[in-house]
Amino acid sequence: MKSKYEVLVVGGGPAGALAARTAAEKGLSVCLVEKRPAIGAPVRCAEGIGKEALAEFIAPDPCWISAEMTGAGIIAPDGFEMTLESSLAGGKVGYILDRKVFDRELVWQAADAGAEVYVKTRASAPIMHEGRLKGAQLEYCGNSAKVMADVVIAADGVESKFGKWCGIDTTVPVREIMSSVQYVMTDIDINPHATIFYLGNEVAPEGYLWVFPKGKRAANVGIGISGRKSGKGHRAKDYLDRFVKQKFPHGKTIECIVGGVSVCRPLECTVADHLMLVGDAARVVDPLTGGGIYNAMYTGRLAAEVAADCIAKGDLSKKALMVYDQEWRASKMGKSIERNYHIKEYLIKQPDEKLNAIIHSVSKLDLKEFSTLTLIKELLKVNPKLLVELGALAASIR
Amino acid sequence: MKPAPNIFSRMLNVHRDVCGYCGCCVSVCPEGALELIDAYLSVEENCTSCGICAKVCPLGALEVVHEK
Repeated sequence: MKSKYEVLVVGGGPAGALAARTAAEKGLSVCLVEKRPAIGAPVRCAEGIGKEALAEFIAPDPCWISAEMTGAGIIAPDGFEMTLESSLAGGKVGYILDRKVFDRELVWQAADAGAEVYVKTRASAPIMHEGRLKGAQLEYCGNSAKVMADVVIAADGVESKFGKWCGIDTTVPVREIMSSVQYVMTDIDINPHATIFYLGNEVAPEGYLWVFPKGKRAANVGIGISGRKSGKGHRAKDYLDRFVKQKFPHGKTIECIVGGVSVCRPLECTVADHLMLVGDAARVVDPLTGGGIYNAMYTGRLAAEVAADCIAKGDLSKKALMVYDQEWRASKMGKSIERNYHIKEYLIKQPDEKLNAIIHSVSKLDLKEFSTLTLIKELLKVNPKLLVELGALAASIR
Repeated sequence: MKPAPNIFSRMLNVHRDVCGYCGCCVSVCPEGALELIDAYLSVEENCTSCGICAKVCPLGALEVVHEK
C-alpha cells in the first residue's frame, strides 16, 4: 500500500468497484479498501436487475447469473395474482444474480484495470488538514496507515459513516429504512422464471415481500418493512417466518441474511471538497422497488469520470465535483428516483382495499412494455383520480 | 439541544448472538454512535440510548436496558 493515491475508494460493492475500475481505466492511481474479508459477502440483496440495465456495465456471464426472468407477479392483499409476461418486450426482463460472484467479478475487473485492492481494510476516520479532506486513516489486521488522496469516493453502503464524519448528514429517517430479512430457500414450488411480489399491510407493512427465483426449486424469499412498523414481536423476521411457514412449510433455508434498505430521497448533496458519495451511501436506492445495484454502478462510474476530469484540471473543490451531483440528478436514474419516491409515498398510505382495487384494475391492462413507468402510466389511465392524488408527480409522467 | 449521553441510566445492549451485522441500525442512528466493523457492531460513547436502532433491527438484536 502506498501513502498517496489520486483516488481512494471506500467500499468494494458495485458502486465502489465501478468507481475504482473507471478511475483506473482513466489512468488514475486508485486504492480500493473493503472492510470485510471477502468481496460480496454477506449478500444483503434480493439480487434482481434488469437485463438492459446490467448490459450498460458488464456482459452477462453464467458464472454469476442464478436465473433469468421472463415475467413477474404481483399478489394483492386479497390474494389476487396479477401476472406480467414479457413476450411483448422480446422476452427481455431481468436476471437474478449471484452477488457473491458478481461483486467479486466487478472488483476483479477493477484490479485488472490497475486499481490496488485491499480487503479486511477499514477506513476508520477521515484525515483533515485545515478543514480540507486529505485522505483516510486505514486499519488492517491490527495495523494502521494514513493514506492520502486527491479525492475520496465513499461507497460504504447503507451503514455509511465516511460522509457523516465529513459533515454530510446521511441519517435515514426511521420510516424510510426498510428493515429486511431474506432466506435463500431450496426445495420449494415456484415459477422459476418470474419474480413475485406480495403486497399488503398484513404481509409486509409499507414494504413488500418477494420471491426471486435462484433456480428451479430455489429462491430468495425476503421481506422489507418500514422501520416505523418494526418492533418487538412484529419485526421483519416475524413477518417472513409467518409467510414461510404458511407458503413453504417444507422448504429448506440454506442462508439467512439481514439488511437495511433506504427508501428516502437521495442526500441533498452528494459531494463535498475532495469527497464524493456513491451508491447506497448516497441513498440513491430506488425508493419504490428498493433496487440499488444499477444505481450503485451508475453513480460509481459517473463519480470516477467526474473525478478524472477534476483531477486533470487540478480542482477538486465541492464546486468542481458538483458536476457529478448535477449529472446524476438530471439523468434517467435521478428522475426515476424522484418519480418513484412520489409513487412509493402514495402507495404506502393506501389501505389494503385500495391496493386490491389498484391491482385488479392494472391486471386488466394490456401492457406493451415491461417497466414500472409503463405500469404507472397505464394505472393513471384507468384511475384518472390518481392524477389528483399524486399531485405534482403526474406532470412528470404524462 | 441534544440530550446528554446516558443521563437517564439507560444503555444499549447488543445481543451479539442475534445480530446479523447488517448495518440497518447504523443508517438510522441520529448521533452516528453506531459503527459496523465487519462482523462486529460497535456502540460509541455518544449513544443516547434513544432506541431508534432497537426499533428497526430486523432481528431484534438491540435492546435499551434501564439500569437500576
